[in-house]
Amino acid sequence: MKKTPLYEKHVSLGAKMMEFGGWMMPLQYTGILQEHEAVRQRAGLFDVSHMGEVMIKGRGATEFIQKLITNDISGMREFQILYSPMCYPDGGTVDDLLVYKFDAQHYLLVVNAANIEEDVEWIESHKPHDVEVEDLSEQYAQLALQGPKSQKVLQRIVDVPLDKIKFFRFVDGVNIAGVSALISRTGYTGEDGFEIYIPADGACKVWDTIVDAGAEFHVMPAGLGARDTLRLEAALPLYGHELSPDISPLEAGLDRFVKLDKPDFIGREALIEQKGSGISRKLVGLEMVDRGIPRQGYEVQVEGRSIGYVTSGSFSPTLKKNIALALIDVRYAAQGSQVDVIVRNRALKAEVVKIPFYAKQYKK
Amino acid sequence: MKVINGLKYSKDHEWVKVEGNRAIIGITDYAQDSLGDIVFIDLPEVGRTVRAGDAVAVVESVKAASDVYSPVSGTVIEVNTSLEASPELINQDPYENWILVLEMSDPGELGSLMDAEGYERFCEEEA
Repeated sequence: MKKTPLYEKHVSLGAKMMEFGGWMMPLQYTGILQEHEAVRQRAGLFDVSHMGEVMIKGRGATEFIQKLITNDISGMREFQILYSPMCYPDGGTVDDLLVYKFDAQHYLLVVNAANIEEDVEWIESHKPHDVEVEDLSEQYAQLALQGPKSQKVLQRIVDVPLDKIKFFRFVDGVNIAGVSALISRTGYTGEDGFEIYIPADGACKVWDTIVDAGAEFHVMPAGLGARDTLRLEAALPLYGHELSPDISPLEAGLDRFVKLDKPDFIGREALIEQKGSGISRKLVGLEMVDRGIPRQGYEVQVEGRSIGYVTSGSFSPTLKKNIALALIDVRYAAQGSQVDVIVRNRALKAEVVKIPFYAKQYKK
Repeated sequence: MKVINGLKYSKDHEWVKVEGNRAIIGITDYAQDSLGDIVFIDLPEVGRTVRAGDAVAVVESVKAASDVYSPVSGTVIEVNTSLEASPELINQDPYENWILVLEMSDPGELGSLMDAEGYERFCEEEA
């Protein structure tokens, strides 16, 4: 089991630890509901050092990434970030990732913890001779400061004007307590916030500095439990739930990140075919009408017939409702459509609703 | 972790308070703490007969659903419906906020449960 550089810190804070994607991570500190609310109302600090960072360098870097992912990086500026799925030839999803562009010959891909090895292997296996691939996951720690007070807190400890960093942009080489950090305006909670990449040995120093700066705003450490409920309310996909080798980005409703008019990328033909013939299942939002919490894997039915399954489900701390994302037969995917979720052998009523459940509060 | 003298405890972290032939059942402080914030409870119907070890209720935290197993056999004669609207009461005081009451069919089963001291030791070994 792998540990982040902040493992001891979490234990000393009394965190409940859990295994996630091969890592020992904090599930919660004081409680998921409190931490969730802290992020929506003020700010929360997450250790997300389990995320993977893969550097792509060389003359062919741009062209290579264009071939690997479904989104189009040709219009990207330097210090811009782009979200994209990465697909197999059959249109199934290898992973979803962020592309950080330093320049046309230098990019950083940020990938999911559980997929680091598969991704690196996949990327290496397609790599041309004029590209260099390096897995920097062990060298980087990553913190996420998320919530409406994030900028105020972070601005107290950095010299760069954070207001100038727009959504999905980053700056590199920012000094935080003597540690050189890459700061991006990104996140996975539906709130404004920053992700901060630092060398592993600077992680504790930066964590403590942010906690101190956040004290007056009651910034709380937040665990993966809150991260999951926050991202679910914002309907952000989680690999292994809404995306997998068996689920294409089109089925997951990520059409705007799949540029079929791009000349060539892995999975293009299969995805064109899917788009042309129409997908047969689609990711939708469900809100429970009957009492019950939908959970991953629960069957969705109409008139006793299976039409799909829940990919993620939970009590929504912000909305105080029981909600889910579900992959279901497109014929029942319209808003307002009535379906049943099978909870412990009982068919409980649910309704298809608009996603995201919670409107994202990004700073554009 | 709080354990109360005079109650009986199961290895699945339920407590039983015995009043004559009635068994008042809830989950322990250890159980509520490991579950985290409880946001939902599924109660059994009054009149249902259960055997020791049967799943008789479900408590759900934000993260997961967890069965409550009946420590003894009997018939459900009362359920704590106030928990449906406020399941977090179990987090606040798991011993005050009982889940259900059984009319026991075999009080002899109580002998296989632990007392407070035994349960405390059991939890230390589990941790």
